[in-house]
Amino acid sequence: MRLAFILGEIGSGLRRNLSMVVSVILVTFISLTFVGAAGMLQLQINQMKGYWYDKVQVAVFLCVDTSTAASCASGPVTDEQRAEIKNTLDSPAVAQYVDTYLYESQEDALGHFRDQFANSPIVDSVTADQLPESFRVSLVDPEKYEVINEIFSSLPGVEVVVDQREILERVFNVMNIASLVAVSIAAIMIVCAILLIATTIRLSAFSRRRETGIMRLVGASKAVIQLPFVLEGVIAAVIGALLASVTLWAVARFFIGDWLAQQYPDTAFISEGSVLLIAPALILLGTVLAGISSLLTLRRYLKV
Amino acid sequence: MIRFDNVTKIYDQNTRPALDKVSLEVDRGDFAFLVGASGSGKSTFIRLVLKEDRATRGSVYVAGQNVANIPSWRVPKLRRGIGVVFQDFRLLPNKTVAGNVAFAMQVIGKSRAMIRETVPEVLKTVGLEGKDHRMPHELSGGEQQRVAIARAIVNKPGILLADEPTGNLDPTTSMGIMKVLDRINQNGTTVVMATHDNVIVNDMRKRVIELVDGVLVRDEAEGIYIGAQGDNK
Repeated sequence: MRLAFILGEIGSGLRRNLSMVVSVILVTFISLTFVGAAGMLQLQINQMKGYWYDKVQVAVFLCVDTSTAASCASGPVTDEQRAEIKNTLDSPAVAQYVDTYLYESQEDALGHFRDQFANSPIVDSVTADQLPESFRVSLVDPEKYEVINEIFSSLPGVEVVVDQREILERVFNVMNIASLVAVSIAAIMIVCAILLIATTIRLSAFSRRRETGIMRLVGASKAVIQLPFVLEGVIAAVIGALLASVTLWAVARFFIGDWLAQQYPDTAFISEGSVLLIAPALILLGTVLAGISSLLTLRRYLKV
Repeated sequence: MIRFDNVTKIYDQNTRPALDKVSLEVDRGDFAFLVGASGSGKSTFIRLVLKEDRATRGSVYVAGQNVANIPSWRVPKLRRGIGVVFQDFRLLPNKTVAGNVAFAMQVIGKSRAMIRETVPEVLKTVGLEGKDHRMPHELSGGEQQRVAIARAIVNKPGILLADEPTGNLDPTTSMGIMKVLDRINQNGTTVVMATHDNVIVNDMRKRVIELVDGVLVRDEAEGIYIGAQGDNK
């Protein structure tokens, strides 16, 4: 009986305040979409880290004709120098850091280059002797890049030591900034949502002050009087959160899954399944936001 | 049933107290008129009994309990034991007569079966049988006040407080309302009625408690309305 009564009160409250309720739904929808987008960007970063960090290597590039580095003063790398670098890689002092390494000749380098830039006209103008040969070193612990750098940059015949992780870090930085922007927008929108929910509840409490006044007089409990208002806010916020989840799912499915994944086939993208992880968090966040802001409002405007 | 022990209520330090050292007791089953001009403290008395306000000094006891010691979450329970009727009826305009009365039972969680059984009974007590499905705006003032009384007593409170219940009604209709209140009192409910209607007070010959500027000046059984302060209506 009491439940049916409360549900009836909620229904009439939502109908009476329809335009405000719709605006609460839209504002929570937008704000939670941004929160979710930031969450998905973080998941994507983690995914890429897991995928790439296994593959990234430290590349020790050897001198070619055109090298300008000080260690290449004697011209292109000689066979002795190459053998010395290889010996160093095999020496126990270095080997403890090295997982595996591969030698990439100028011919191999040209092959990879052609693969990578298959669609670009630059391919035709590049020849093998323009590209440096290199040792591709996978480290046991990618963080130990500095050690390798110190040992090899000073060896004769080495032009430069490059940590590929740094290139990735730059990509991740951009993505981190993007998710920070999303979170900032979300924060502002959440403030809007909280204020809007508070205003809606206040209006609702005002338009039903006759009912609540009588409820107080006949001794209705605080829960019976306040619950319909709190649930009104919570229901609106949950609808907003559901819309946000559906939107994020659509983005994951159609934008990332169907389009981005085809454009960048070698990148590991998150799937729409990751939305299943984010959606409950969004719904919980919406519920908590609406619940807290309506309780605070009611404490001021609906004394029991 | 209601006991005021040296009760003072000050709303604003710069004005005189709304109630000034009032001590009185209303026993179970009593019918008492609370008379006095506007601003004499009648409504403050009612607010203190309902714990809508706190006494500045002194103690208010309702059904043997000092209301100052009732925690806020128990206040609804206190109010379930007290029915209240106002001058302006305070009905819900979008509910029928029966709906208005049932509302008071719904919000405290009474079962549907019990509501179906009790509401017609109470409507009969106040003389509104057969008008269950009317809307408030279709009723006369007197009938609307009967609905309000039905709502106030539907949960069988031990006390009925009436704040100027006949203030908006003509003398004949008022007498009808008084008969209803008297019948409720006969059934054992303590009734306290604030009024400045001298005809009613003189006619009923019940206990009269008179307040002047917040001070209790008279408390007599089977009293009449004197209206010393020139508020003869």
